[in-house]
Amino acid sequence: MSNAQIEIQLIASLVAIACAIPGTFLVLRKMAMISDAISHSILPGIVIGFFITHDLNSPILILLAALTGIITVVLVEYIQKTGLVKEDTAIGLVFPALFSIGVILIAKNANDVHLDVDAVLLGELAFAPFDRLMIMGADVGPKSLWIISVVLTITILLLFAFFKELKVSTFDAGLSASLGFSPVLIHYGLMSVSSVTTVVAFDAVGAILVVALMIAPAASAYLLTTDLKKMLGLSIIFGVFSAISGYWLAHWLDASIAGSITTMLGLLFLSVYLFAPNKGLISVMYREKQQRTEVSLLTFLLHLKNHSDENERHVNHLNEHINWQKVQSQTVLDLALKNNMILIDNNIVSLTQKGDEFTSKAIDYIITNEDSQIEDMKDDFFLFRG
Amino acid sequence: MDLQEYFSLVFSDYTLRTITLGTAILGAVCGMLGSFAVLRKQSLLGDAISHAALPGIAIAFLLTGAKESNVLLIGALISGLIGTFWIRGIITKTHLKSDTALGLILSLFFGVGMLLLTFIQKQPNANQAGLDKYLFGQAATLVESDVWLMAFVTGICLIILLLFWKEFKLLLFDADFTKTLGFNTKFIDILITSFIVLAIVLGLQTVGVVLMSAMLLAPAAAARQWTNSLGVMVLLAAFFGAFSGVLGTAISASQNNLSTGPVIVLVAGVFVLFSFIFSPSRGLLFRQLRFLKNRRDLELHKTLAFMYQIAETHENISHPHAIKILNNFHGFTRSTLQKLVKKNLVSLEGNMWSLTEDGFKTASNLYNQQTKEDE
Repeated sequence: MSNAQIEIQLIASLVAIACAIPGTFLVLRKMAMISDAISHSILPGIVIGFFITHDLNSPILILLAALTGIITVVLVEYIQKTGLVKEDTAIGLVFPALFSIGVILIAKNANDVHLDVDAVLLGELAFAPFDRLMIMGADVGPKSLWIISVVLTITILLLFAFFKELKVSTFDAGLSASLGFSPVLIHYGLMSVSSVTTVVAFDAVGAILVVALMIAPAASAYLLTTDLKKMLGLSIIFGVFSAISGYWLAHWLDASIAGSITTMLGLLFLSVYLFAPNKGLISVMYREKQQRTEVSLLTFLLHLKNHSDENERHVNHLNEHINWQKVQSQTVLDLALKNNMILIDNNIVSLTQKGDEFTSKAIDYIITNEDSQIEDMKDDFFLFRG
Repeated sequence: MDLQEYFSLVFSDYTLRTITLGTAILGAVCGMLGSFAVLRKQSLLGDAISHAALPGIAIAFLLTGAKESNVLLIGALISGLIGTFWIRGIITKTHLKSDTALGLILSLFFGVGMLLLTFIQKQPNANQAGLDKYLFGQAATLVESDVWLMAFVTGICLIILLLFWKEFKLLLFDADFTKTLGFNTKFIDILITSFIVLAIVLGLQTVGVVLMSAMLLAPAAAARQWTNSLGVMVLLAAFFGAFSGVLGTAISASQNNLSTGPVIVLVAGVFVLFSFIFSPSRGLLFRQLRFLKNRRDLELHKTLAFMYQIAETHENISHPHAIKILNNFHGFTRSTLQKLVKKNLVSLEGNMWSLTEDGFKTASNLYNQQTKEDE
């Protein structure tokens, strides 16, 4: 690995961490799309800042652009407050307008500005190591590495200083207001941090990847845990993992680094979405199927309890009466047998004592409108689940 | 070329005519379908879908090597639909909220698309130039066949809208009721969403991935301010969309270095701003005016009520009192007094005021019944 390669991976990882921290809170606060809006609407701020400073890494430009991001948030909230349109429409109206202004500004001044719209959307991580910071003639590393380190340090300091406040205001804004932490202040604080992070990351990785780095690790982590600290930790790990593996993917394919980091994030999210232990798609579908069978089982047992007639309890009759498909009746019957709920004698089905007890309890819960209790009761009765 | 020249050329010049027609049709169809997106609170879906369409374009190019827009648009359509249904899957099957799902699909699909685009660019013999026009759109690349395609899709859209008008409307405002009536809500839902995706994909070539969502939202959001009827709103939105398309094209054609997409979006944005402020029933301006008027009425009432309290203590209700005693009371201003005089509720003589018969009656009933002729 050459020096430049290490530097690129370092920058990418730091950007990933800096994005994952505010991203976690954005996802939890249901404001993920705000990051998309900010990442687009800082464009005019960057362009105007560039006219003034002629340096993409100048602190003034970063502040100006971050200010545009906050203006976006304020505008969205103002439009929403007028009640003329819903929040999502407000977001959808504000950022394209600001982005258009930015694009037009770039196009009109194409000769003076050495800013490319493509570069804005994609960033160019590969060139980051060439822009070095010189202090008194000594080369101390790439500029963007320094900038992102500073921003990351501030973010982490703020996170430690206000962790409790952030946590309370995220999960219970009312409680936090009554405890004396202003939710508004924390909201705008978070927005400012996101805005600054977006601007800084923007230069390195482009507008869209910023959104991906903010949302995808946090969303993946949210599917795996419900503990805020663990979620933060997991999203940082996911972010760094995708940053480094994405770099090597890009290296191998000879394609855009930003694009491949996003692709890695996408693959990561896809696998978590499919295979997460409790909230993944497969386990949710499995659980739904299980519950469907168990509900059928309960219906079946209730039917048995209600009918003492032998011909009502004949195996073949059940097919017609409850109107089940053949396969399903077989599953339900097997499940009931395995759990010792029924006996089959000469194709006549009858409840065992255990089955009878289970059914009576279930009826009790149903008529007292406490259906949710049935779920707990299943643990006591079932040897095998559906 | 200035605007005047543009309008004189628009009917004779092939390129200008094609582009203008294209953006107008696009604006109209986006406005129509956008109305549904806005009312269904799916405004940002457009943003997500337009980004999600990008990998489809790249894959279609990789597979076929064709640069024809029709082939690429089919790829875009497929990947847009996959994105849409994945968003739905995330929202229904996990506890992630819709904003997270939208942001995820938007950024992840776009990232994959960019990866593929840069990958294509590095291929040795590919004639890949021009694929990145889908990022920001280039109305100038529209040719007549594209416009025909747009017109065709718009026609189908119109037919479907008219055929399923009742169902769409029902689903929009009361989904549960629709279900109880026996309609297949899933089918209607998929139908309208698919058409929204289709409209977005059509617009990619003209306004590009990033700004497509505004194309969908802005005309509808503007139209919403002027009416409460769905039919009128759809028509108005189509009109606003078409008009911003034409005007945007005209402005960008009359200047150097102005890409069409952003200009159209800004023109549509101006429409929205105008509607937000000047719409008679919902607009901010008239709302503020109504607010001020109500406040003035209230002050008038306060003054009158105060006078009534004084007059009550006298046998003769028209007994004159000094204006001075009103000064301590904050409902009173010189103009409210003038207004009361004008309405014949109070009479003034020098520095003295007195309630008239009429004024006394109004004042005594002030809080008992609604007086209709305020101010």
